[in-house]
Amino acid sequence: MRIAVCIKQVPDTEARLRVAKDGKWLDEEDLRFVINESDEYAVEEALTWAEKTGGEVVIISLGPARVQEALRKGLALGAAKAIHLVDEAYQGGDARATAVALAAAIQNEGADLVLTGSQSDDVGYGSTASLVAGHLGWPHAWLVMGLEVEEGGATAKVTREMESGMNEVFRLTLPAVIEVQAGINHPRYASLKGIMKAKRKPIDKPTPAELGLDAASLGAAGSHLEILEIAFPDSGDGAQMIEGDAAAAAKELVEKLQKEARVL
Amino acid sequence: MDFSLTPEQLAIQEAARDFALGEVDPIVDEYDEAQKFPMDVMMKAGELGFLGILFPEEYGGAGLGYIEYALIITELSKIDPSVGISVAAHNSLGTNHIYKFGNEEQRQRWVVPLAEGKKIAAWGLTEPDAGSDAAATKSRAEKVEGGWILNGTKQFTTHGTVGDVCVIMAVTDPSAPRHHNISAFVLEKGMDGFRPGKKENKLGIRASDTAEVVMENCFVPDENLLGEPGEGFIQALQILDGGRISISALGLGTAIGAFETALAYSKERHQFGKPICQFQAIQFHLAEMATRIAAAEILTLSAAAEMDRSGKVSQLASKAKLYSGETAVFCAERGVQILGGYGFIKDYRAEKYFRDAKICTIGEGTSEVQRMVIARNLLRGH
Repeated sequence: MRIAVCIKQVPDTEARLRVAKDGKWLDEEDLRFVINESDEYAVEEALTWAEKTGGEVVIISLGPARVQEALRKGLALGAAKAIHLVDEAYQGGDARATAVALAAAIQNEGADLVLTGSQSDDVGYGSTASLVAGHLGWPHAWLVMGLEVEEGGATAKVTREMESGMNEVFRLTLPAVIEVQAGINHPRYASLKGIMKAKRKPIDKPTPAELGLDAASLGAAGSHLEILEIAFPDSGDGAQMIEGDAAAAAKELVEKLQKEARVL
Repeated sequence: MDFSLTPEQLAIQEAARDFALGEVDPIVDEYDEAQKFPMDVMMKAGELGFLGILFPEEYGGAGLGYIEYALIITELSKIDPSVGISVAAHNSLGTNHIYKFGNEEQRQRWVVPLAEGKKIAAWGLTEPDAGSDAAATKSRAEKVEGGWILNGTKQFTTHGTVGDVCVIMAVTDPSAPRHHNISAFVLEKGMDGFRPGKKENKLGIRASDTAEVVMENCFVPDENLLGEPGEGFIQALQILDGGRISISALGLGTAIGAFETALAYSKERHQFGKPICQFQAIQFHLAEMATRIAAAEILTLSAAAEMDRSGKVSQLASKAKLYSGETAVFCAERGVQILGGYGFIKDYRAEKYFRDAKICTIGEGTSEVQRMVIARNLLRGH
């Protein structure tokens, strides 16, 4: 069984973010990048099922040169190869343009199953994998909390988390795109031997032409969505600190909620 | 001159950091308080290769050098100096002694399971009356048919109670000149006449296992002798050179841990209407700590690099160990000062770093002994 995992490299959630000079993205200088959290769980899920079914894992990511570090980590954890969509034509795209490229790379690899995280920790659109499934014409599941590959990879049983703490369980046919949530498993740590072995594993960097893609449909050129501005919301106004002991503060709070905010 | 780490070295550093945060951080306070050895953590560290960092793959190790080793010990020590010293002692003392001076059969028998992390190594040199003056060793090994009979007590042995395989230095020929009368033997847990003695109740690094080991008419077969009789003392000195890189990395990690704790606190703690990191008095502490840490890091890594290049590091390893150890104590003390009252209680780790740091100016050669070694090298021939 060949399992592809799409990962995204995102700024460390603990990093202090600054807006870049053009106001359209983050200032990436001195910014630490890590594998998107739910994607780490997707990698672990893929490695587990590859081990159980005797298959192998291919890690795919679209992004600039720095993304190689994330791919190496995936290889150190046990993936057999990586695909880095690093060509300039792929960069700066919206979820749709990114999905076009990822779908082509997945098809080129002949994957039986695609795993990825449910949402990225930076922009958080949560739509790239759905679009990948759409391009491939494959079934798709989002917010997955449990996965069981069945019948040697013909179908998969999926547990999804719904509202009110209820679970939904369904079966889908493979190939499929499955988006997992953080917490679905316990991601392994990279071992020293794994890190050294990763050095010798291949990272393919296919061009759009090699994937049969028209550069005009990719990256910024192929996007229908353009980021106009990113900014921190104004803070400070409207917040009131209530000092004093708990009983008096609670009384004052109730009073304010009744008379000023008029929500009680 | 290029001080940058390779992508693999960065990945190894990150792997050690991930492991320390995920597996060590949650248990640090409980194990420190209870003086409990984290055997589970050590076994998990073994699965990832951290107990065989320095040994070739054919002996079950990761086949890495002292730079990677120092990076790992530093990362572990940032979170818990106890785990840092346990992993360090296992690698660079016990296992390394057998790897460096053992024959092929001895390497297969002991280095392989130790490097694979299936067994824990100990190393016994210090005695009640032979600390810095290791040549004053009294433990005695007498030749008998097929082996040796060992008697004596080793003190402050890391992994004295949990160790499976222990390298012991003992006098084999009292009539031979000093420095040429000691030999090194491999003793195994469960041998008749070999047992752990008193486990020490320590100021710091309390989760690491430090104990006496006692030999009472313990028969050790000939095949457990490392190298030739009489080479033990010289072997031990070479092992200590590598050990000083361990303590240098331990001190560096401890210093960084104390610094990061203080830095984070200084941003959160508000007094007089602003975070205390905005007061110059606190900033000067932080700047001094950060500068000394940077210097300790360069010294540690350059000693490690020299060890990988030439294997001859007495002088540099002593300088690195001296400076990093003193930096650990300095930063831990300043850390407590920055946290003020909260540095004096156990709610924050500043108090623990303060206790843990002190071993760095004592273990594997006190700061005074390091200065002695450095001065002796400077004044050779005078």
